[in-house]
Amino acid sequence: MSKKVLRIAAVILLLAAVALWGATGANHGWTKTSVPVQRTDEVTGITVDDYQKRFVPGIDFLGLALLGSGILLGASFLFRNR
Amino acid sequence: MKATTQHLKTTLRNLLVVLACMNGDVLAAPQTFDFKDPKGVNNATFRLDAPLEAISGNATGISGTVAFDPAAPAATKGKIIVATSSLRVGNPMQQEHMLGDKWLDAAKHPEISFDAKTLENVKTQSGTITADVTGILRLKGISKEITVPVKLTYLKDKLGQRVPNQKGDLLVIRANFTIKRSDFGIMPGQMEEKVADTIELTLSIAGAAPR
Repeated sequence: MSKKVLRIAAVILLLAAVALWGATGANHGWTKTSVPVQRTDEVTGITVDDYQKRFVPGIDFLGLALLGSGILLGASFLFRNR
Repeated sequence: MKATTQHLKTTLRNLLVVLACMNGDVLAAPQTFDFKDPKGVNNATFRLDAPLEAISGNATGISGTVAFDPAAPAATKGKIIVATSSLRVGNPMQQEHMLGDKWLDAAKHPEISFDAKTLENVKTQSGTITADVTGILRLKGISKEITVPVKLTYLKDKLGQRVPNQKGDLLVIRANFTIKRSDFGIMPGQMEEKVADTIELTLSIAGAAPR
C-alpha cells in the first residue's frame, strides 16, 4: 500500500509542478518572486518597470519537483512486495 | 517736431526690445533641475546578455541635479546619483548576489554616480537636444571617464501637469550606452558565461525646476 502511495505521490508532484510551471507562462529562466509591470508617465513619456510580488516558477522549480518526485519514487522501492 | 517724434519712436522701440530680452531667454540663467522624482518613474535599466544567461533589471532610486539653460545647452552640467540598493531583478537569489560584497557591495558602495563635465556635438532639432556628454562614472568605488550620447527634452511650463499647483519646467534626459563591469572591478574575468562583462544601460529620467 505504502509503495503505491509513494509512486502516486511522485507522479502527482511532477504533474502538479509541470502544470503550475505551464500555467504561469512556462518561464525558461530562474524562478522569480517579483515581476516587472510597465507604467508610463503621460507628461514625460518615460516608461518604468514596477516590480510586483508574484511567484513565477522557473526551471529550478521544475528541477526541484523532479528531484522530489525521484526521491519519492526511490523511497517506494524500499518497500518489499508482499 | 517731426525729428523729435521719430527719436521718441526709436527710443520706445529700443526699450521694448530690451524689455522683451529681459523677459525671454536671452538673459536667462541656467535652471537647476532636481531629479528626485515624486512620481517614481525615473529609472535606469540594465541588461547583461551572457551566453548561458540573460539578466535584466532596473534601478529607481535616482536623485541629483542638473543645471540646464535652454539658450545654452552646451553649458549643461550636473550629477545623477543612483542608490545601489534600489537595483532590482526578479529572482531573489540573483538580487542578493548582485548587491552582495562580491558583486556591487551595496553596503560599502551605496551610490553609483555620473558627474557630467562637458557636452559636445550639441544639436537641436524640434525641441530635442542631442549631445555627447563626457563625465565621471563612479561605480563600486572606481571612477572612470566615459562619453555617453544623450537626448535632452526641455518641457517648458509642464511641471504643473505632473505636480498640481506647481509652476515650472521639466527636463527629460534619455541615454543608452554600455559599460564593462571589469572596468569597475566587478568580478573581472569571472563567470562571464553567466554574467556578461558588457552591461547595456538605459537611463530615462525627468527633472523638475519649480518657479
